Amino acid sequence: MSASTYTNVLGLAAAAVLLCAVVTLWRRSLGAIVRTLAVQGAALACVATVIGLHEHDVGLIVVGLLVLGAKAVVVPLLIGRVVRHDPNSRETDPLVNVPASLVAAGALTFLAFAATRSVTSLVPTTAGRLIPIGLAAMLVGFFALVTRRKAVSQIVGILLVDNGVALVAFLATAGVPLLVELGASLDVLLAVIVLRVLAIQMRSRLGSFDLDQLTELHD
Amino acid sequence: MSTISHVIGTGISSAVQVAVVAVGGPVLVGVMRKVRCRLEGRVGPPVLQPLVDIRKLFRKQRFRPDQATWIFTLAPVMLVATVVVAAAITPLVTTHPALRASSDLFVLVYLLLVGSTLLALAGLDAGTAFGGMGSSRAVTIGALAEPALLVTILALSTTAHSSNLPAIVSAILAHPESVATPQRLFALGALLIVIVAESGRLPVDNPATHLELTMVHEAMILEYAGPDLALVTVGEAMRLTLLLGIFVNLVAPWGVATSTSVSGVVVGLASVVAKVAVVGVFLAVFEVFIAKVRLFRVPELLAGAFVLALLGVVSGLVAK
Repeated sequence: MSASTYTNVLGLAAAAVLLCAVVTLWRRSLGAIVRTLAVQGAALACVATVIGLHEHDVGLIVVGLLVLGAKAVVVPLLIGRVVRHDPNSRETDPLVNVPASLVAAGALTFLAFAATRSVTSLVPTTAGRLIPIGLAAMLVGFFALVTRRKAVSQIVGILLVDNGVALVAFLATAGVPLLVELGASLDVLLAVIVLRVLAIQMRSRLGSFDLDQLTELHD
Repeated sequence: MSTISHVIGTGISSAVQVAVVAVGGPVLVGVMRKVRCRLEGRVGPPVLQPLVDIRKLFRKQRFRPDQATWIFTLAPVMLVATVVVAAAITPLVTTHPALRASSDLFVLVYLLLVGSTLLALAGLDAGTAFGGMGSSRAVTIGALAEPALLVTILALSTTAHSSNLPAIVSAILAHPESVATPQRLFALGALLIVIVAESGRLPVDNPATHLELTMVHEAMILEYAGPDLALVTVGEAMRLTLLLGIFVNLVAPWGVATSTSVSGVVVGLASVVAKVAVVGVFLAVFEVFIAKVRLFRVPELLAGAFVLALLGVVSGLVAK
């Protein structure tokens, strides 16, 4: 792989991760939000695989395939099942409306760029220069977590933060050890399964995913 | 001697560009209508129908509202004039059009804005309810598209370190590896959304409707008839073609002549016509599958374009 192809492909994959994070703020249908999450997982796997191919690191390529399986297929399928029973579920009334959220996402991206100036100077590689994009994806995930009301979009928000952290890890250290990545992935998978059970319970009791309806305590 | 032949060459290339935009505009509108009709299972009007309609309108009697002022008369002429100037100086066929130094993205944006602003004023001028409503909506959409467009220009000009359009196109031709950088893709995505909004196509405005609740552009020009309407129709078609021409040459500038030689201009002409036709057909196919968004959702779409452009700028900063 030539140097300019590597730079371009890596830049595009990292940018796709950030773009997917922004698209989750833009879309209202929960099904579309979950599909965007799957695309983001695939882009993240692409980042890991491309760095692995460039550094001739077989372990990182395996991690990339694992990420593809876990974050682009299994996790979105698990959350997608919760949504599928209720195809009309939409993020109708977020705490911050869509145009303002999008502008906030733009501001967060600049914040991430300003905040990581000193970090990027420590990692003078092609991948290291893209660290602000990972941090921006993470911040947008936090924003989704804070301003969205439905349980499903909040689960997606957590996963956006997790994907952002994973992206920064790949870019900053050229890949974490296989064992650590395996542990982190299993952790996320377990969390998603628990949250999914909670969301299903919630819908069967309340008839919706709206977290604002959880105002009273019951035995 | 060589400077004289150069001046003649740039003049001829600019004339070719204006001619292809003027004739190609209505034909492009006809092609897009035809594609749409075929996909919807209708036969549709002939491809050259818009040209025939324009000829018919030019032959009709001049008819203006009694209360209308000089703005109503001036607007269609200025609309066409600004597009003609813009078509002459943009690098559609060659990167050496006349007045190359003035072919700046900011100049082009505000040149086209003069035409649309006058048209909005003309909509208000006749004093009817529909005209005012259409103008108000068109100006709202234009005002929301403006910041997205300016940030897009910023993102696009980082590659060439200049907002001069021929310089940007030449820079991409000289460095083919920079064609798919994230900042360019983000910026071009934003530019496409802005072009769709500015030229009043779906999902922002439906050019085929006369339903009072939804129409934007059609409401604005409701008072126009005869030769004035013909000018407005030509101007709008030319504007769409020019914007798409700029877009395709920013996306994939291959084929654009880097000189003003006859063979270069012929190749450039063929390539730009082919590229615009492909994008036009693609847009028409896309329009079959989508509905017009509610007017209150248009800000979301344009805020999306704004964020895309911002992401483009940040990606450019990151890559530095």
